[in-house]
Amino acid sequence: MVPLSWYLILSAGLFSIGLFGVLTRRNAVAILLGVELMLNSVNVNLAAFWRYGDVTQMAGQVFAIIVFAVAAAEVAVGLALVISVYRKRNTVIADDIDLMKW
Amino acid sequence: MTQLDFQTLLPLTILTVWACVLLIVDLFIPKNRKGITAVLAALGLAVTLSFTILQIGRENSGYSGMVVLDGFSTFVNALILVSGLLGIALAYGYVKRMGLERGEYYTLLLFSVVGMMLMAQAADLIVVFIALELLSIPLYVLAAFSRTSAESEEAGIKYFLLGAFATGFVVYGTALVFGATGTTSLVGIVGSASNGTSSLLLTIGAALILVGFGFKVAAVPFHMWTPDVYQGAPTSVTAFMAAGAKIAGFAALLRVFATAFPTLATDLTDILWALSAVTMILGNVVAISQTNIKRMLAYSSIAHAGYILMAFVPYGNKDIMPISIAAGLFYLVSYVFTNFGAWGVVIALEKSEGKGLEIGDYAGLGRKYPALAAAMTVFMLSLIGLPPTLGLVGKFYLFRAVIAGGYTGLAIIGVVTSLVSAYYYLRVVVTMYMKDGEPTTEREPMLDFTTAFTAIVTVVVSLVPQWLFLLASNAVLKLF
Repeated sequence: MVPLSWYLILSAGLFSIGLFGVLTRRNAVAILLGVELMLNSVNVNLAAFWRYGDVTQMAGQVFAIIVFAVAAAEVAVGLALVISVYRKRNTVIADDIDLMKW
Repeated sequence: MTQLDFQTLLPLTILTVWACVLLIVDLFIPKNRKGITAVLAALGLAVTLSFTILQIGRENSGYSGMVVLDGFSTFVNALILVSGLLGIALAYGYVKRMGLERGEYYTLLLFSVVGMMLMAQAADLIVVFIALELLSIPLYVLAAFSRTSAESEEAGIKYFLLGAFATGFVVYGTALVFGATGTTSLVGIVGSASNGTSSLLLTIGAALILVGFGFKVAAVPFHMWTPDVYQGAPTSVTAFMAAGAKIAGFAALLRVFATAFPTLATDLTDILWALSAVTMILGNVVAISQTNIKRMLAYSSIAHAGYILMAFVPYGNKDIMPISIAAGLFYLVSYVFTNFGAWGVVIALEKSEGKGLEIGDYAGLGRKYPALAAAMTVFMLSLIGLPPTLGLVGKFYLFRAVIAGGYTGLAIIGVVTSLVSAYYYLRVVVTMYMKDGEPTTEREPMLDFTTAFTAIVTVVVSLVPQWLFLLASNAVLKLF
């Protein structure tokens, strides 16, 4: 069987890629993709911890499903916001959304 | 579901059902009379508040230990509900004047309040996560509520992107804690952690959760979104967001750290110390250079997050912890009233298209509208922490608790940054009384009432603060 640490490394890698995407991407939709990658890396973690821990405890699986559902709700709101910004400014590049700066 | 489960979440259930029903009822209310929706939403909050008050003294946990009801949750819930009511009172005339009057505003606000209340009652990391999202998602929408204004859209998308980013940290941290301890229940975590299971994973998990909550309560260095969002969002939303999200964030932070991670106190105390110090310093120093009042109050809100974080620093010390947390709760109460009052004055002077928001626009207010200027002076004094206001009493309790915990250095930073903050708060007062100008204000009965009410509370309670502190102390007593 694949050891637990491999899953954790995979998950940490996915999380880091997502984090990198959020920090370097300029397109709001791409930033959103990065966030999704971060959330999904959590699901890998949860499923792995559940499988290698006490299998009768369902908390890990339940949590993974809840993360899916909440992520979907979040994306629905996020894409709506992106679309409404796009309608007004014809751009979704984060650097151009800069009316307010100190 | 037993009756006990039901009682644990009774106020929350009432408000959720009320908000859902209001969504439907709102469809039948004509477009030009959305004030009715506001009244109905406020009625829902008031009913929930009365049920919350009836729960005082009750303690139990429900839904297999997923949620709890105790003095702390009751105190925090009551404070959140009062913020909701004040938020609606501020919004009532403002949204009409700004052409934003749509029924969703009030239902979204109710859903956000539900999330905040759930956050205070959560006893399981899964519930903490759900509550966090339930409070945040409506706030993203509310921040972008003024669809005709580019600033509001920008505020919404910035808040959303950074909020979702912070959520990623919270869930990843939660997953690591789950891996380290095999449970997501706060009580279970501490039981497992004291057995000496792999503590590195647990420490990283707790640190990531702290980062996520740091974003929500706007602590430096996770504060970048705050000024932009507070400035761009409709002012009534900003007022509600500044108060509500802070209360809920700190309530969850407190419960999670005090209940689940007391074993990590040696590692985390220094981090909290640094976070608090940096937040106070940066918030207050950057606020000096602001000319826009909304942006200035945003930085002031960051600085106050730092003061409240002070209460968390001695959290590993069992003797100091109760009074320190009680001081934190007291400070939250004082911040809520002062905050709503100050934003109320901002709303009174705000014109459409973002006019009337520069500090210079306050010139001459003292001569033309003495009552409004007096109220603003009270709020500014309270934010600095000068007598005779609630802000002074709050800071006094806070500094006393921190010094008792042996963190005199932090208390000194707190006092010095308060002195720095006097500069920019008093500048508003000076502009109001010493400079000439012809300010125009909007007089709305609800707005006048809210401003007057918060100003009176800020002054009167500061003269007899003991009962409130006693209430806060009793609320935290059973937490440990």
